[in-house]
Amino acid sequence: MNGHRWSRHRVTLTGAVTWSGLWVFVGGLLLAVASVVLASLAQRFSTGWLPESYTTGWYTAAWSDFGLGRLLLVTVEVAVAVVVISLVVALPTAYVLSRLTFPGKRLLLLLFLVPQVIPIMTYAVPLATLVYMLRLNDSLAGIVLVNLVPSIPFAVLVLIPFVDQVDPRVEHAARVFGANSPRLFVHVLAPLLVPGLLAAGVLILVRVVGQFELTFLVSGPNSETLVVALYGSAVQAGHLASQQINAMSVVYMLTTLILLLVALRFVDPTSVTARHRSR
Amino acid sequence: MTLTGASRAWARRHGLTPMLWLVAPGVVFMLVFFVYPLCYGVGLSFQGEGGPLSAYADFFTNGFVNNGRSRESILVTLRLAFAASLINVGLALPLAYRMRGAVRAKRALIAVVLVPMTLGTVFVAAAMNEFLGRAGWLNRVLLAAGVIDQPLQLVGNFTGVLLSLVFTGLPFAFLLMVGYASGIDPTLEQAAAVLGASPARRFLHIALPLLLPGLTITFCLAFILAFGVFPSATLVGNDAGPTRVLSKIAYTEYSYGHYSTASAAAVIMAVVQLAVLGLVLAARGLLYKGPSTGGKG
Repeated sequence: MNGHRWSRHRVTLTGAVTWSGLWVFVGGLLLAVASVVLASLAQRFSTGWLPESYTTGWYTAAWSDFGLGRLLLVTVEVAVAVVVISLVVALPTAYVLSRLTFPGKRLLLLLFLVPQVIPIMTYAVPLATLVYMLRLNDSLAGIVLVNLVPSIPFAVLVLIPFVDQVDPRVEHAARVFGANSPRLFVHVLAPLLVPGLLAAGVLILVRVVGQFELTFLVSGPNSETLVVALYGSAVQAGHLASQQINAMSVVYMLTTLILLLVALRFVDPTSVTARHRSR
Repeated sequence: MTLTGASRAWARRHGLTPMLWLVAPGVVFMLVFFVYPLCYGVGLSFQGEGGPLSAYADFFTNGFVNNGRSRESILVTLRLAFAASLINVGLALPLAYRMRGAVRAKRALIAVVLVPMTLGTVFVAAAMNEFLGRAGWLNRVLLAAGVIDQPLQLVGNFTGVLLSLVFTGLPFAFLLMVGYASGIDPTLEQAAAVLGASPARRFLHIALPLLLPGLTITFCLAFILAFGVFPSATLVGNDAGPTRVLSKIAYTEYSYGHYSTASAAAVIMAVVQLAVLGLVLAARGLLYKGPSTGGKG
């Protein structure tokens, strides 16, 4: 970490190019976000640099006409259910894959790795057909089910390095004092793995809230999440005023932004991969 | 009795302990809701109306009833995904390399750069259409400055989708690359500097070889993200022509209830993506593999 101090203030051509590139990206990002926020507050579709008059009417209209409250509720219910179920199922699996060696272990790892490398559409189409056959389409249970498919293996892969870091001697000590497997998990491993569980949980939460393809294929009018409803209204151009779509997008952005800020309090992105590499 | 005892001892010797039951819930779930649908979908794709391979034949001869240009969509998706992931990795590499050490306001900068990951596809589409559209601020500034005479056509085409993929994919690539770059021991470069290597040579001969394995992984993950593009291809691009991507073909077939052709399109999508990832990872096998830390032996 030392040794960079002497080069920090030297101006080089490549440095200038990278830093100005970064600032162009950050500036474009802020301007793009600002233009959507401004457009969502505009009374009429603006033709000038800035809207002529402002209103918060599109937000209240979105709330009442579109059932924004219900959409947020469905989104949060689905996300919380998926996170809890994924973590409960993934923790024992990650524990076994981290600690034990047994025949077929590589095959099991492959089972959890493949969902990450094939396109979602490839399994989303037959999975949605299966959900229809089970008559779970357009229900909360169906949406939770399809979202668990990428989330459980993802949670397993995130948790394995965290289990690796727990000293096995702690477990041996617990065993010596007579803890059985359930007690070992609840009273010893889970508390030690809280950072890993939080990291996995927050990452799954952000993914589920933004998950489009899987939810889109099985949801119906009674069970839309925010992102699916947003897409539906954005595709039917003319059905809704563009300001209203912008207002709903802003609500969506604020929801996930709050999640990200919470995530960054618990997870230092630079250290997770670095730690992972040093194994 | 002795037989079960012997077989139990054999199982223990090979690592088969009762603890293994802990994986059962996860494995059963994945078998029922991932492996079975996947196999079912592959099987479905061979059950076209005109024989086992008819769904694939229809795909490659653009023979889908309500859904044209399916053959071209492979090229469209590949071009889009390659361009987006090359741009994202190419931009993320120098940025992450600069940020590997202590940089002022690093955490705040990372937080800002990560914002697009949370915006969601529809917000990004709205932002692209508002900001880059014909009446958007970018065209206004360029027009006012006299750089251009006519507003640039930046949305509703290939460029628009590419820009939105860079917008959402760059933070992700950057996040991964920062992790890899900060895992390189700074003493390696200090040693090279002491021996008289210029900054350019230190980057080319020390940092880049150590970063390349991580770079290929980042490229693969960025490619996966870009290859599945669906909402932004419809909302920002023009999915009737220049940005008609594979996932759109699969979805349209599915929504018309043509399950075998939808499955065929989805299988083709997976094969193409896995082929690209396989090639990249095979190339990765040729690279330096070893510790990125200096050692005193």
